[in-house]
Amino acid sequence: MAKYLTKRLLRSVVTLFIVTCVVFTLMRAMPIEGYFQNYEKLTDAQIQAGLREQGLLDPLPVQLWHFFQGLFRWDFGVSHTYRTNVPVTEILRDKLPVSIRLGCLSILTSMVFGIPIGTMMARHKGRFFDKLGTVFIVFIQAVPAAVYFLLIQLYGTTALGVGLLFDAANPRCWILPVLSMALGNTAYYAMWLRRYMVDESNKDYVTLARAKGVSENAIMFRHIFRNSFVPLVQYIPSSFLNTIIGSIYVESLYSIPGMGGLLVTVIEKSDNNMVQAIVLLYATVGVIGLMLGDILMTVLDPRITLAGKAGDR
Amino acid sequence: MTLVDLLVRSKEKAAEESLRKSLAAAYDAAAEGSAEEREAYAEKVSGLSADELFGFAGYNEAESERIGYSNYSYWGSTLRMFFKNKGAVFILTVMLMIILFTIIQPHLPNQFDPYAVNFDERYIAARNVSPNGTYWFGTNSIGQDLWARIWAGTRTSLIIGFSVALIDAVVGIVMGVLWGYVRRLDFLFTEIYNVLDNIPQTIILILISYMMSPSVKTLIFACSVTSWIGMARFIRNQILIIRDRDYNLASRCLGTPTRRLIFRNLLPYLVSVIMLRIALSIPSAIGNEVFVTYIGLGLPVTVSSLGSLINEGRKVMTVAALRYQLFFPTIILSIVTISFYIIGNAFSDAADPKNHR
Repeated sequence: MAKYLTKRLLRSVVTLFIVTCVVFTLMRAMPIEGYFQNYEKLTDAQIQAGLREQGLLDPLPVQLWHFFQGLFRWDFGVSHTYRTNVPVTEILRDKLPVSIRLGCLSILTSMVFGIPIGTMMARHKGRFFDKLGTVFIVFIQAVPAAVYFLLIQLYGTTALGVGLLFDAANPRCWILPVLSMALGNTAYYAMWLRRYMVDESNKDYVTLARAKGVSENAIMFRHIFRNSFVPLVQYIPSSFLNTIIGSIYVESLYSIPGMGGLLVTVIEKSDNNMVQAIVLLYATVGVIGLMLGDILMTVLDPRITLAGKAGDR
Repeated sequence: MTLVDLLVRSKEKAAEESLRKSLAAAYDAAAEGSAEEREAYAEKVSGLSADELFGFAGYNEAESERIGYSNYSYWGSTLRMFFKNKGAVFILTVMLMIILFTIIQPHLPNQFDPYAVNFDERYIAARNVSPNGTYWFGTNSIGQDLWARIWAGTRTSLIIGFSVALIDAVVGIVMGVLWGYVRRLDFLFTEIYNVLDNIPQTIILILISYMMSPSVKTLIFACSVTSWIGMARFIRNQILIIRDRDYNLASRCLGTPTRRLIFRNLLPYLVSVIMLRIALSIPSAIGNEVFVTYIGLGLPVTVSSLGSLINEGRKVMTVAALRYQLFFPTIILSIVTISFYIIGNAFSDAADPKNHR
């Protein structure tokens, strides 16, 4: 296990390295207008001086080397156009907690709703509740998130009597963004939990339990549910992290001062250092999420081992 | 087995033997007897006429061919199963009508130009006009006709959706087959997959749209870059499972060329799942376009798309009287995406030979 984890960790670092290089290189291919706030008014000499000051005239590998050096000192450079000359890390320090709190709340909400819905659908398979749930899942999966996020904002704000914009101090303002972010995962949990539970309930041990006279509720929750939840657990960490990322849309809809909204803003202002740092952060978060998911699964189900035989697929 | 059993068994056998003998004797007697005797015998033991019962059963080649041949055709059965699903057929009709209409709409009489600003009699731009007889879906905040814009937008969005699905299918299948079939490429593809899969799709989408100039092509490219790998991975897993099954081993031993093996043995097995993925990648590409346009990286303002229409509608949604500008594109978008989702699922069910009867 330890050996597997080390290997996996090393591979993730390699992956992140490649991702960083690619993003970094592509960013340098961008038009240089974005590096200055008042590009039109500057003379050529000023532009060249500015570029040199930002180290943009060096050959690409040198720039990359400087960037990685900075990375080890936890220095992501400074913001150029978003907040001039403020270190990127400082800006992110204020924004990150908001997104994390929002992500935690929404993942909690989606589990609170999604798991009972999935269980109930499996329990009443083919009957009214199952069909109702299926309609919900199809709707959420087929309709672009952009559409129902807007409708939630449109009618939710009127129904709750809150403004369109977010106010962290007012707890009622948290309801709509959290709900919007939770909907996708709710449908996902419900759909897969139902599928796994239906599959599981056709297995022999369930028949045996029923023959022994175990009550339906005990079979459902003590046996079927526990076995079907394992594959879902793998998804929880990455869905948590994806929720933080998925909040890009929700955060900018409600003007929530978090990471997601920030990414949109810095892209509009073409603040490359900021974009770079946020993308790197998200990619890291994605890699860690996938890894955590696998580890969590082995913890919950001792039959699963990650360290497969060599050459084993 | 006890002695008693053996005794009983031999008695039974003897009785059976004697019965068979007596029946054979009766048949022989009847066969040699007169026509009436034959008729009577045939009547008694079977429903056949005497000629049939006592004549030779000749070998009829056409008859034997008919029995050995089944008129099962894969695509025929798939279509038949699909058309049995009335709901899906209805949605398919609606879908086809929408697609057809986006093509013929500009050629109908009395249509406005989707990009021209309209003026009223006093030469003032007809801004935010509610739906009426002239402007069926009203006009937007600078006076463009929403009806024409919606159909132009649907056309753009459908083009994006279909192009992405096509690229996905072609690139995804080719890469997936190579990945699964050629062992030496496995490492390379797995690394590419790790890199692409580890970065959230949204980020790639945003980055590409950020770095390339906004256009329909950029969007198609951005959506395809993130989605082909999923398709390829899926095909690869399936191919790994079936490539060494006995029927493929047999084909290989008989010297079937690899290309034929792939096209005749491997891919037909995957038709149903490939269809499903293609159908689902259309709505997701359309949804991605809406998202990227919202971020401000989508299409230029000069191109109308469902994403840009929804984005325009969003800006005025605080005014209750102007909400039609948000609702019309939203409704069309929802109809289109839900239709593709349902048609895709129904078709993939129908394309699975296990469901054919």
